[in-house]
Amino acid sequence: MIRKSSSHLTTLLIAPMAIWMVVLLILPILVVLVYSFGELAEMGGYKPAFTFAQYANLPARLTAFKNTLMLAPVGTLAAFLIAYPLAYYLARKVSARRRLILLTLVIVPFWTSFLIRTYAWMFILGGRGIPALLEYFGIEGVRLLNTPTAVLIGIVYGYLPLMVFPIFVSLEKLDESLLEASNDLGASPVRTFLQVTLPLSLPGVATACMVVFILLMGEFLIPALLGGGKVFFIGNALVDLFLQSRNWPFGSAVAITLVVIMLFIVTLYMRLIFRPGKTREVSMI
Amino acid sequence: MRLYALLVYLFLYIPIGIIVLFSFNAGRHASELQGFSTKWFGIALSNPFVMDALKTSLIVAATTALLSSIMGTMAALGLQNVRGLLRMIFDSLIYIAIMIPGIVFGIATLVALATALDFINPLLKILWPVVLGEAPRLKLGLISITCAHTLWTTALATVIIRARVQGMDRSLIEASMDLYATPWRTFYQVTLPQIFPGILAAALLNFTLSFDDFIIAFFVAGGRTSLPIYVFASIRRGITPEINAIAAMMLIVSLTLLFASQGLLRKRT
Repeated sequence: MIRKSSSHLTTLLIAPMAIWMVVLLILPILVVLVYSFGELAEMGGYKPAFTFAQYANLPARLTAFKNTLMLAPVGTLAAFLIAYPLAYYLARKVSARRRLILLTLVIVPFWTSFLIRTYAWMFILGGRGIPALLEYFGIEGVRLLNTPTAVLIGIVYGYLPLMVFPIFVSLEKLDESLLEASNDLGASPVRTFLQVTLPLSLPGVATACMVVFILLMGEFLIPALLGGGKVFFIGNALVDLFLQSRNWPFGSAVAITLVVIMLFIVTLYMRLIFRPGKTREVSMI
Repeated sequence: MRLYALLVYLFLYIPIGIIVLFSFNAGRHASELQGFSTKWFGIALSNPFVMDALKTSLIVAATTALLSSIMGTMAALGLQNVRGLLRMIFDSLIYIAIMIPGIVFGIATLVALATALDFINPLLKILWPVVLGEAPRLKLGLISITCAHTLWTTALATVIIRARVQGMDRSLIEASMDLYATPWRTFYQVTLPQIFPGILAAALLNFTLSFDDFIIAFFVAGGRTSLPIYVFASIRRGITPEINAIAAMMLIVSLTLLFASQGLLRKRT
């Protein structure tokens, strides 16, 4: 059924997206790479050069890197610990009809404004929120907003839906007969979970953790609103460098470093989880 | 186990509920409940800055939804016939585009467009006919936000629509071609009706994503203010009941569109 004209048609069909990708994604990243070896012009912006000075200057933003590389893994782990039992409950303990509704309810917040959801926590953790409530019960002087704890709460809240979904998918696909076999062979439920269920759900866990971790590396809003300038991430440094101080060459070096760290993590993940010839698609809807 | 699930759901929904609750606050202070009133919605909607930001957001979101669903449909249909290395490159690019944090998109688009404008503006000044007066200076704004949003959402549209294309009944297309329908007619009368729910769902989702996006727009907006940018700037100045009302309205818009798109995706043809 393949007509002669179909190859032209295929080219035409995929051309717009291909052009868009090249012009707005691939070329710009190459431009950022070039900029990162440049120098800062007197009036701000970029002056062509070939120097590693920008990369040598990275320690100037060490705090941002340190905060990100500490809070992103901790946040990912916390989100995972809260998400796993819920994913397990949804995949194995709920009837099929209720499962759909409950799963939708988990995902819905993810598709609403991230800004508004983070703002809500600013409201809850702020002076008149939980601290005021605690004061009412006689616990005074608790400060939550603008602390690493607030940033962590924001992270768990924002990324929980994204964490639940891939884990749910891997748990739902789990072969029931393996669990029965384990049970028949006299394994306790805990042992079955540790030796059968958990290992088999690891691909989903790894996918979820990687997605959340990568998105966290570029996070700006949560530290900006809940960290209040005290707890800042690489994302906040990038906003400052590109939009406020307009030091594009240095900003580019920070951005390239960020992308390299992310690529490193993705490669590591691919090596660890996927054996050749085995692919898996996880979609959010 | 059930109790645990209930607690997690409460954790997920209480913050959203609190924002909606406080948007009906009658008092002048954002965080003290003083009776029920809808007056802050009225105040927000008569604020010219809010209306201007809303207009920007709506134009960008509508254009993004339209462009990304057209480009996504084309790509989903085209990629069916692509195999081998090219297919692998495309698939990786699509996943990269979905996975990348928004901030990287923002920087990439900002750098690309600012560099391009540095070339275009002087050129425009030379080439611009004198009779038309002063040459316009192109700058970042509506178009740059739309470009960046379209790039990001097209990848997602492609994935959603592709799922629909793969579930499509191929024999109908073959029958149509055997009956000498032109490719266009086959597309219009056979393919399109089958994948249309997917296209519409993708368009609604992308509208929501674009409407809610803050970080990408923040980088490439130039002087324009979209609704999330307005909200962000206001929050930094202090929390007001007006912001709660705007936030509640934004939540309602995305929830409505979200449930509509979910309904469409669940519907079987």
